[in-house]
Amino acid sequence: MSDDLKIVFGRRYRFAASHRLHSEKLSDEENCRVYGKCNNPYGHGHNYVVEISVSGTVDPATGMIVNLTDLDSFVQGEVIEAFDHKSLNEDVGVFRATVPTTENLCKEIYQRLKHFPLAKLERVRVEETSNNAFEYAGEEIQDRVAVH
Amino acid sequence: MMYLTRKIEFSASHLYHNPALSAEENRRIFGKCNNPHGHGHNYTLEVTVAGEPDPVTGMVLDLKELKAILEREITERMDHRFLNYEVAELKGQIPTCENIARVIWKLLEPKITQGRLHKVRLYESADIFAECYRNGASHA
Repeated sequence: MSDDLKIVFGRRYRFAASHRLHSEKLSDEENCRVYGKCNNPYGHGHNYVVEISVSGTVDPATGMIVNLTDLDSFVQGEVIEAFDHKSLNEDVGVFRATVPTTENLCKEIYQRLKHFPLAKLERVRVEETSNNAFEYAGEEIQDRVAVH
Repeated sequence: MMYLTRKIEFSASHLYHNPALSAEENRRIFGKCNNPHGHGHNYTLEVTVAGEPDPVTGMVLDLKELKAILEREITERMDHRFLNYEVAELKGQIPTCENIARVIWKLLEPKITQGRLHKVRLYESADIFAECYRNGASHA
C-alpha cells in the first residue's frame, strides 16, 4: 500500500537452556564478584522467551508480511533446535569463547536470524526471566532505536 | 518526548479466506484459520501516544479522553463481532493482525488531537502480534 505506515509482525518463542557466566579474562575471585550466583561452576538454567519482529510488505492476497509457518520453521531450525534443552556454554560453539549473558545471546540470535529471506529482521528481544529483558536491533540502526 | 501507552482488550471472531484463490490454496496458505465457520481470539491492543506534557496539567493527553476514543472507535466497532462481516473497514481484506493493526491506526490517528499517535500494537494471542507506526519513527 502506498501510505507511509510501517507494519511489523511479531512472534514469541520459548526454549529452556542452562548456562554459566564465567570469563576467562577474569580471575576466579573476580568472576565470583562480577557474576555472583551465575558463576556456579555447575551452571543453572532458564526458560527463555525470544520475541522476533520482522517487517515487510503486507501481501494483499494473504494479509500477511510472512506466513507464520515459514517464520516458525526458520526460527525452529536456526535457534530453537540449537538452544533448547542445551548447555549454552558446552553445546553452542560461539559461547565457548563468549560469555553467554543474555546480551550476547540476544546478539547471537539476531546474527542467526538476520538472513531470513522472506522479511526484514527488525529486532530480537530475549527475556531471561519475566523480570529481565534485552533487545537488539543490529548495529546499523541501533542509534535510532529507543528500547523500552 | 514522552510516550504513554493505554491497553484495551476485545474479543472477536474471524476467518482467513481469499475468494480469488482455490479452496485448496486457501487451505494450504491459511491452514486452520481457513475454517469457514471462523474462530475467535481475545485481542489485546496497546496504543502509544507521543507528546510533551502540558505544563499546567502535567499530561500529554487526558487518559479519560483516550479511554473514550478507544471505546468509541475500537471496542464498539470490534468487540464481540465477526471481523470479516461486521467491520466495514476490513471489507475486502484478510483480517490478519497486520491488516487489523493498520485499520486501527487509521481509525485512531485523526481522533487523537492532543499529542500524536505513535504506535499501535495488536496481540492476537500472547505470542503473536503486529505493530503499525510511521516509517522512520523510533521504536518506543
